[in-house]
Amino acid sequence: MTYLIKGARVLGGDPADLLVRDGRIAAVGASLSATGAEVVDATGLVALPGLVDLHTHLREPGREDAETVETGSRAAALGGFTAVHAMANTDPVADTAGVVEQVWRLGQEAGLVDVVPVGAVTVGLRGERLAELGAMADSAATVRVFSDDGHCVADPALMRRALEYVKALDGVVAQHAEEPRLTVGAQMHEGDRSAKLGLTGWPAAAEEAIIARDVLLAQHVGARLHVCHVSTAGSVEILRWAKTRGVDVTAEVTPHHLLLTDACAEGYDPVFKVNPPLRTDADVQAVRAGLADGTIDCVATDHAPHAVEDKECEWAQARPGMLGLEQALAVVQDTMVETGLLDWAGVADRMSVRPAAIGRLTGHGRPIAPGEPANLVLLDPTARSVVDPAALASRSRNSPYAGRELPGRVVHTFLRGVPTVTDGKATR
Amino acid sequence: MKRHLLEADDLDRADATLVLDTAAQIESALSGREVKKLPTLRGRTVVNLFYEDSTRTRISFELAAKRLSADVINFSAKGSSVSKGESLKDTALTLEAMGSDAIVIRHGASGAPHQLASWVRGSVVNAGDGTHEHPTQALLDAYTIRRRLGRLEGVRVAVVGDVLHSRVARSNVRLLHTLGAEVTLVAPPTLLPVGVGSWPAEVSYDLDAVLPKADVVMMLRVQAERMNASFFPSAREYSRRYGLDARRMAVLGDEAIVMHPGPMNRGMEIAAEVADSVRSTIVEQVGNGVSVRMAVLYLLLGGAPS
Repeated sequence: MTYLIKGARVLGGDPADLLVRDGRIAAVGASLSATGAEVVDATGLVALPGLVDLHTHLREPGREDAETVETGSRAAALGGFTAVHAMANTDPVADTAGVVEQVWRLGQEAGLVDVVPVGAVTVGLRGERLAELGAMADSAATVRVFSDDGHCVADPALMRRALEYVKALDGVVAQHAEEPRLTVGAQMHEGDRSAKLGLTGWPAAAEEAIIARDVLLAQHVGARLHVCHVSTAGSVEILRWAKTRGVDVTAEVTPHHLLLTDACAEGYDPVFKVNPPLRTDADVQAVRAGLADGTIDCVATDHAPHAVEDKECEWAQARPGMLGLEQALAVVQDTMVETGLLDWAGVADRMSVRPAAIGRLTGHGRPIAPGEPANLVLLDPTARSVVDPAALASRSRNSPYAGRELPGRVVHTFLRGVPTVTDGKATR
Repeated sequence: MKRHLLEADDLDRADATLVLDTAAQIESALSGREVKKLPTLRGRTVVNLFYEDSTRTRISFELAAKRLSADVINFSAKGSSVSKGESLKDTALTLEAMGSDAIVIRHGASGAPHQLASWVRGSVVNAGDGTHEHPTQALLDAYTIRRRLGRLEGVRVAVVGDVLHSRVARSNVRLLHTLGAEVTLVAPPTLLPVGVGSWPAEVSYDLDAVLPKADVVMMLRVQAERMNASFFPSAREYSRRYGLDARRMAVLGDEAIVMHPGPMNRGMEIAAEVADSVRSTIVEQVGNGVSVRMAVLYLLLGGAPS
């Protein structure tokens, strides 16, 4: 199938036509024509390379009542993504070639985004001994990102070995930075609000201490480190320092940490319980600034679907995590573009180019240019809508943006030249 | 008054004063009566929903409701559907379907009463939630102080002990501030929350420096197991630095009183001769609790059924 996309603003620039043929971008230019091509009117729409998420929980296998690879893939496509990294904390844990290949195959079958499995660093996420990282890397899933996300690889010697070992695989360890002894029973950011609400605090220092330790370890052994969901101003400072010293470290921030604060906890609605927790206004400003200046490399959703019963309960019993795939781009437009911190080229860099590079995805995060894979998202930046959790494609409803008006609308998504979203609707 | 009593800040100064005045009226109305009952809440149903063991608070609420002629149902986590894994929301909706007008809830999770209030139409009274608040305890403490000292405005209250884990402290700081008292929190730094600086209270680590100026000393229960998590080195050291013994009691002003929400660890935070002294209001607090809880239920549920 051939598509002629008319009048799209590539990376927010002047309108141009894009010819998509055989899965690739065949031409970019003014007033293109092609016989037999299906014309897509993209007047006023911004074209970005398909978004890449380094941090998605698809819950399959194990919690198919909360999300499946298919429903999560649909949510991702509707959010403008063409590739998502599926986190390893499934049941069974993705700590063997068998499980990562299962997830990879389910993604292929769904066919809406490239589902790239993340492998567990340690067996069963238990933080005791390394999983067979090489077997996962060599499997059909070609795992390059390894993470015990949800759990910190807290043992410093084990973390050192993991960082060293994945060098041979061109891999990266994505660390969930949380000092476990400092966060026993932690429920929310430790500060004025946790003091008032009587919820056990999750101190910023518990995140920052691990990041500081890990950048030193990564430098010592000459390995690549990725830091998941950076949430504090102190973490941004440490990362900035590490990058100045030449440490090969990358980092991500979630949409919710760009927008929401610990004030959300005041009604005790567990939809706002997340790990790491929502922080203060000052932290939000710091992670925005870090994303803008490149200290934080990318936005990753930490899309974490949860069944109703795991959220409609006491705060302390609720599972941490919130949905993110379908509103990620809208939140980034709201917090970064409309504040003047990033232009659309910057959004493409932080949501596609850099995450693809970190995950070693060769077919994603590419320029919108002839010969490149036609992984594209077309969005209408002038649209505004109120988030209705019931209307989401995710199987779960735990959106922290319910009732909130956000800008932008994903109109079309193409995965290797095939529409996965057309006029805001998933094609399958 | 708001429909629920979830935390001390639900009461402004006028509301809080109204509760205390109403408690005083109820007490005088019942004093000397042979039948200690008012017909005010006849036909109304109050559910005591207790997820934590708490004999004294549950009995106090039960007595309060019964003395107002309400029907009372006690629903404890043990021996109910809760132990079979029913969610708080399902339990709440079940109780409401059975016609409860008010739910008095004690729960180990901070915020559970707030969530309950979002699910039911009736009134919710927080009888203690996790390490958050225990507003009726603060009301009965304020009532006790006012009865003993005749006022609350400008009264200097030292709250001593495990502030970090104390719902009693959180509610008292807010309510006493609302009512014009001056609160000083006294504890080792490990037992004060990060963020305590934003509370309307002074903070001190030195009990001996605070006592001579205090009109009220409110001792909090300190659980010995905190010692195992290194909040303090030993029960003995805690007692030496923050316990109220006869020597420390001797520096108090003539009118000063000693309070404790109970249950006490005698010999830990409070010495027996202090607990049993004339300054102690500990038994009085228990009695006042019933009057204050009657006032709360009366004000939340009083009048015609809605």
